[in-house]
Amino acid sequence: MSSRESINKTLLVAFCLCVVCSIVVSGTAVILKPMQDANRVLDRNKNILSAAGLYDPAVHSDEEVAEMFAAFSPRVVDLHSGEFLSESEVSDLGIDPASYDQRTVINDPELSEAIPPEQDVADIKRRVIYPMVYLQQQDGELSTIILPVNGYGLWGIMYGYLALEADGNTVKGISFYELQETPGLGAEVRNPRWQALWPGKKVYDESGEVALQVVKGTGSGQYQIDGLSGATLTTRGVDNMVEYWLGENGYGPVLDNLQSVSGD
Amino acid sequence: MANAKKVVLNPLLDNNPIALQILGVCSALAVTTQLSVTLVMCVALTTVVAFSNMFISMIRHHMPSSIRIIIQMTIIASLVIAVDQFLQAFAYEISKSLSVFVGLIITNCIVMGRAEAFAMKNPPFISFLDGVGNGLGYSLVLIVVASVRELFGSGSLLGYQILPLVENGGWYQGNGLMLLSPSAFFIIGFFIWALRAAKKEQVETREFRMAGHTEAEEAV
Repeated sequence: MSSRESINKTLLVAFCLCVVCSIVVSGTAVILKPMQDANRVLDRNKNILSAAGLYDPAVHSDEEVAEMFAAFSPRVVDLHSGEFLSESEVSDLGIDPASYDQRTVINDPELSEAIPPEQDVADIKRRVIYPMVYLQQQDGELSTIILPVNGYGLWGIMYGYLALEADGNTVKGISFYELQETPGLGAEVRNPRWQALWPGKKVYDESGEVALQVVKGTGSGQYQIDGLSGATLTTRGVDNMVEYWLGENGYGPVLDNLQSVSGD
Repeated sequence: MANAKKVVLNPLLDNNPIALQILGVCSALAVTTQLSVTLVMCVALTTVVAFSNMFISMIRHHMPSSIRIIIQMTIIASLVIAVDQFLQAFAYEISKSLSVFVGLIITNCIVMGRAEAFAMKNPPFISFLDGVGNGLGYSLVLIVVASVRELFGSGSLLGYQILPLVENGGWYQGNGLMLLSPSAFFIIGFFIWALRAAKKEQVETREFRMAGHTEAEEAV
């Protein structure tokens, strides 16, 4: 009994336990990492495809996702200039397109910035300067532009993708891959029936301002989308998100640029 | 062998960790909106309790009592991290919806409670069975709660639509309360009521009895 309680025995037991446990923890983490990374990429690709209205979990297998996603080319854009960065510019920034995750660099002072409060309509505080957008080419022509978007809902920031037609003005679809909204109310933004209201709506009016709105109640016309009943604040969050990201402080310059050099 | 059977089956109804010991209620509120997610949580928790009980029991004679709790926590935490890594690799969608709650198995009172109460005093195999039994007892309550919540909240079970929802063109208006955590309190409450109505010996004796009303005496 006394030997079990001695200081030497205590230290020995603690040391051995720590070694064994750290081997178990780091072993599982290292061995399973490739599979986890593959899952994350697959999940992101599914979200991108479902924003473009191409993915249905009931129909498509994981292999088909990889196949369909091959039609999309990831491009890094500079939100300040609205320019698409070339490969050399991207590598100068230290970004590896294959593993670049804009969510993880949100606090990196080189790659992200605080949004001035008067511009921060989506209430997201910080943004990356160089987000990755996805362009789908079909028969050599640009057919879809997919933009990563985020905005504050009721309980937290909602993350998703917004897909536009090649004209940069017609909505092709929207999807959310991470949110904390109330199940059954705000989280209904994930409901395919609600998301089906988006395709075909127009973003900009004749003067070039963002006219697309998510309104309370039933929307009418080509610029309005019905809000979700019982989820006023989430609806407003989605509305603000669209206003910010498609506006002149968001992807506005990028979309303008894409039109002037269309076919790039 | 009769003893082993008793150790596994006893926690199901006679000594249920949630209904009688009132342990591990927090995750019972959090992960029971969908049955499929709940099932994975149950498997994860049962695995962790069973193996933590087994490992702790294996080294119980070498554990200095001064760092006993720390050793138990280290073993439990390592197991939970390993389980979480496996879920992220093999069931990514579900691990996303479980989010932090897999990590929170570490703080689930059932795991620590069984380690302290059973594994420290019994040999490894029977401790393992005790872990399985308590995991199953926890699972039983969670599955009941999740079935009720998913059926009446979303009109489905395991993702299959049983009551067609108004939003999707059916007739059933989903019960919003069932999708929020507090509903689990009511369901667990009803579960305990039903259990104690059937098994009277689980009813606790009153700790005190309210005295009748007395007239206040005049201060002098």
